[in-house]
Amino acid sequence: MSWIERMAPFAFGVLGLGLWQLAVWGLAVPVYVLPGPVAIVNAYISDFDVLNAALVSTLTVTFAALLVSTVLGVALALAMAASNLARAAIQPWAVILQVTPVVAIAPLIIIWVNQPFMALVVCATIVAFFPVLSNTAAGLAATPHDLLDLFKLNGASRWQTLMLLRLPAALPYFLAGLRISGTLALVGAVVAEFVAGSGGFASGLAYRILEAGYRLEIPRMFAALVLLALAGMAIYGALGLFAHMLLRRRDAA
Amino acid sequence: MPARDMIELKGVSKKFPNGTVALENISARIAAGEFVALLGPSGCGKSTLLRLLAGLEEPSAGEIEWPGEAPKPGDIGFVFQDATLMPWASAAENVFLPLRLRGKNRGEVRNAVQTALQQVGLGEFAEAKPASLSGGMRMRVSIARALVSEPKLLLMDEPFAALDEFTRFKLQSDLRAVWQRTGKTIVFVTHSIYEAAYLATRVLVMSPRPGRVAADVASIVGESAERRVAADYTAFVKQLTETLKGVMPA
Repeated sequence: MSWIERMAPFAFGVLGLGLWQLAVWGLAVPVYVLPGPVAIVNAYISDFDVLNAALVSTLTVTFAALLVSTVLGVALALAMAASNLARAAIQPWAVILQVTPVVAIAPLIIIWVNQPFMALVVCATIVAFFPVLSNTAAGLAATPHDLLDLFKLNGASRWQTLMLLRLPAALPYFLAGLRISGTLALVGAVVAEFVAGSGGFASGLAYRILEAGYRLEIPRMFAALVLLALAGMAIYGALGLFAHMLLRRRDAA
Repeated sequence: MPARDMIELKGVSKKFPNGTVALENISARIAAGEFVALLGPSGCGKSTLLRLLAGLEEPSAGEIEWPGEAPKPGDIGFVFQDATLMPWASAAENVFLPLRLRGKNRGEVRNAVQTALQQVGLGEFAEAKPASLSGGMRMRVSIARALVSEPKLLLMDEPFAALDEFTRFKLQSDLRAVWQRTGKTIVFVTHSIYEAAYLATRVLVMSPRPGRVAADVASIVGESAERRVAADYTAFVKQLTETLKGVMPA
């Protein structure tokens, strides 16, 4: 990619922000309808501590949910790969959990799970764990049959087959799933925070968005939204980098 | 000199759970040091027979006996139609695999791995990844992997079928050289009359549905550097062609 192509998205973004700001000024749009970029940045600066604390809170829930999703997803995928009985038992429930809108069950979970942080993590995990599970399961199932035969002919143990063949073969699938789960964990955390926030539990960026909406502090609301978008991009980018590093390590072994 | 029997098939049949009879009442002996080609059209159960010999599947009737010592893991080398290498591992790592699975560590078998790669002409490609190798070179790695554990029996399932003719010719003559040098017992599945005639000391001609051994033909081709154009080779090809004509359904 040439230098100019690399810079293109940034230049386009700056151009868009400039036009937005000009339109807001030129048409004298009130900030409670649509704040311009300058007003949003000002809101962020004046509310720096509160918004950053909310970001950290949301990210903590996100990472906890991603961690639980990864452990749970990989463990269930391994169980499904190891036994057809486990696959038959687990698969429909995983799909049911995936297609049930978390907004609908979040209020119940928040009532059932007494500890608010745990409740948020449970909700975000429900949203996030499916891609890791289904991708890892697909990767484990796609292990080439001939290679499995070769391992068998050479008297490989189940453990050797898992560590030397099945897991490395499934790694790219798992990492693709992890990347999707990472962004879904953020979405799940925000949805759960909205539900919890409307019940009065203060936490995270979603609560700040709700709060700013009630108070008609629209620039502050936008500042929180921008933070969320940036967090999502950072998670996506970081997991991409992580995948790249892990695959390089596998290939260098 | 009558060679020692390595494997004896006694009335072996294979019926799959869906009812397909892949093999019916196969009896044959394979002697140590033989290069046997299983020749037949698609669907005659050649590959199934090879998998039975490898112990990857059980016969549904009959017995497969090893009159000498029963095979231990690593006594049987298998080469598949595709190279089936682990794409994330280098050529040397792929060749190391059978030894690794038996608990050897890299250091103590470094020479064995290197020798196996040299045997197939890939001494300088030890660190190359499969993706950077040509189809023929990948197949060579696959053969080196089968040879590294010093198997008593080498089973090959149409290993050269997917290669271009030039590569195939080269690999065929190299495989013959390996066989002559090591005296391994080789069972080689092919649907090419020319390949069977060129490689084997003995050809089992199989007929389809259900798979049976229709003819057991000893090679009449003498050892010579110009084997591929020798008169006895041409005669043997003709003989095999006639035999196949007789067993194929009209």
